[in-house]
Amino acid sequence: MNKYLEIPRFKLDNESIETNTSISQIQVEKKIEQIFKSFCSNAECDPEIPVLHREDHINYIKKHMFTLPENYECLDSSRPWLCYWLCQSFALLNCELTTEEKSDVVSFLIKCQHESGGFCGGPNTIPHLAPTYAAICALCLIGTEEAYSVINRENLYKFLMSLRLPNGSFKMHVYGESDVRAVYCAATVARLTNIYTDTLFEGSARWVIRCQTYEGGFGGLPGVEAHGGYTFCGFSALLLLQSVHMCDTKSLLRWVANKQMPFEGGFQGRTNKLVDGCYSFWQAAVFPVISGLLESEEKRPIGSLYDYRALQEYVLICCQYKYYGGLIDKPGKPPDVYHTCYVLSGLSLAQHAIKNSSCVVGTPENILNENNPIYNIEVTSLDKALNYFRAATQINY
Amino acid sequence: MDDKNQRTLSVSSDSYESSSSSENEELSSYIFYCNRPEWSDVQPILQDDGPTPVVRVAYSRKFSDVYDYLRGVLATGEKSERTLELVTTALKLNPANQTVWNYRLDIVLYLKVDLHVELQYVSNMIRKFIKNYQVWHYRKNIVKILNDPSAELEFTAEILDMDPKSYHAWQYRQWVLRKFSHLIEKEMEFVDKLISQDIMNNSAWNQRHFVINNLAYDSNKIVKELQYTFDKIVILSKNESSWNYLKGLLLFKDNKILENKVRDFCTKLYNDGNRSVHLIACLIDMLDADIKSTEPKNIAKVKFALKLCSDLANVYDPIRCSYWTYICSDIEKTYNIKGDDNKIDNNDI
Repeated sequence: MNKYLEIPRFKLDNESIETNTSISQIQVEKKIEQIFKSFCSNAECDPEIPVLHREDHINYIKKHMFTLPENYECLDSSRPWLCYWLCQSFALLNCELTTEEKSDVVSFLIKCQHESGGFCGGPNTIPHLAPTYAAICALCLIGTEEAYSVINRENLYKFLMSLRLPNGSFKMHVYGESDVRAVYCAATVARLTNIYTDTLFEGSARWVIRCQTYEGGFGGLPGVEAHGGYTFCGFSALLLLQSVHMCDTKSLLRWVANKQMPFEGGFQGRTNKLVDGCYSFWQAAVFPVISGLLESEEKRPIGSLYDYRALQEYVLICCQYKYYGGLIDKPGKPPDVYHTCYVLSGLSLAQHAIKNSSCVVGTPENILNENNPIYNIEVTSLDKALNYFRAATQINY
Repeated sequence: MDDKNQRTLSVSSDSYESSSSSENEELSSYIFYCNRPEWSDVQPILQDDGPTPVVRVAYSRKFSDVYDYLRGVLATGEKSERTLELVTTALKLNPANQTVWNYRLDIVLYLKVDLHVELQYVSNMIRKFIKNYQVWHYRKNIVKILNDPSAELEFTAEILDMDPKSYHAWQYRQWVLRKFSHLIEKEMEFVDKLISQDIMNNSAWNQRHFVINNLAYDSNKIVKELQYTFDKIVILSKNESSWNYLKGLLLFKDNKILENKVRDFCTKLYNDGNRSVHLIACLIDMLDADIKSTEPKNIAKVKFALKLCSDLANVYDPIRCSYWTYICSDIEKTYNIKGDDNKIDNNDI
């Protein structure tokens, strides 16, 4: 097995203590071991593998861009998210929607924009920070003048201000819960559309840092368990708030490094949980940023601090749905547009883990467009959007 | 009316092909809102996705019907028994719609519904949709208004029994314990129980830290915790949860006595032949702290720390080879000492 999977892989040693956690971990390892074994025997005769099934994924995305099956009813109030996940996946695969299709997505997102400046989960619902973030990212990925001009920046600013709490945290919606996602969403859209002010985010970094736990990762709120998704939000928010010096980076790095699974190669979301393809983004996104910080601090090249090859192997060998495209959490799970987006987003980061050098596992054609680890927007779309809004007129605050 | 009847018919024929029998039974007795005479005064509002919809969900007929009427009553702002019933159906179909939850709360408060009954309702919703944000948030709203946490610990315990790592349940439980702070007194018993059921349940370990952190600081208590953690590490030395918790205990106060206890414990484990990666990582941290605080630098300790990094990178923890190689180079740089052992693969750096 080691011939193809580049490093020795260690399974869980439960030291003869059987618990629910160890039982499910061992089951996953067994399943993945079989998949790795059959991969290795195929690799004997096909040196090209693992291959990214690009066409299948493109078809999967195209199909879902317009109509989603009934089981997506539970995401009926997250439709801008669906737009964002699909647009980001498409951009990473170096595909573009037709001019007409872009216009269709833009018209739909207009329907989701509330007069208050925020976006809603769908037409006729209340504005909410999460779909606001998703809609604005989707519009940046579409990247046309028509798309950018949808955003009413002045109202957006007022909307963000209306969700701000005195301690610097943000609520997700008017009666809503506040957590670290909300600060991340607010900071991201404010930076993207160039409406960031110190007043809007006064105290926010001090609130966010309270979410870093004794383990090193961030929880959704102070006191709550460290978790990959919230860690991404917390750490990226600190960067966007230019307050990353507040973070205990050493402790964060230890925690996130430990979230890479020694057998599977993918990441778990929390200590002692199972691997899940979506954390290929949420967890792995922290590494290039930390490396960059350490490089400027220590004035020496640092390189990548996780095993980006093992991560690519997990994604390519275990997370591609073999029947009709789309990407998955782990073998045995069905594909969905959320996992398709975050698995591809993480794969792109791993392929570009070292600047100006190819880190692509498998055939060179596997390469995806480069992704930005703070915004999770494909880089050319992101640069174009940032430039556009940088040149936009100042709003009245 | 003809059109409406047709819709019902085609749905029942669809459902025979695609749904399970219990769903069929439910559907065959189910009357669409568009066919209910008592709803004939409400003007349903169709979803307006614009002329060129994208990410359009292929809603079931039931879903479309319910949400068309829901939009209808949202537009008029009607608060009544029948809208409460409609909202209940709508939330069953999609519990993630915040607009509908907000509307429900407005109706419930307007009708002066018994909030204990409402709490029962949301309990059932949470049992069905543990991973949904909105159900928990709604529960919080009700409990805030009731200002009565008497059922909350038992309820979250029930959910954690179904899913011992439920993020929402733990987060909610912490909110209850903060808001009604007298409840924290018994929380440690609960945590003990969960850790004894699954020593690898990191959420329970996190809750342990939460409890310690929210009780008045007492150095004896921390020492007892240290012993508790040592005992758990001896049972399962490769359990990251207990090692992280140990690290968390050392954060409480700059306490040399604690550090010395941890150092002795780790050294003994290591000398007994244990090579848990978390043990070795902890030893590296202890050595680093030790070297930093003494002058002149203890070269032997630096070299030992470098050897441990090299062992992790090359032997015990190869998936984190580049991480341990970095830690190694960091120690070398800080103390300007090279390790003897050059086994570390520098290809990644």
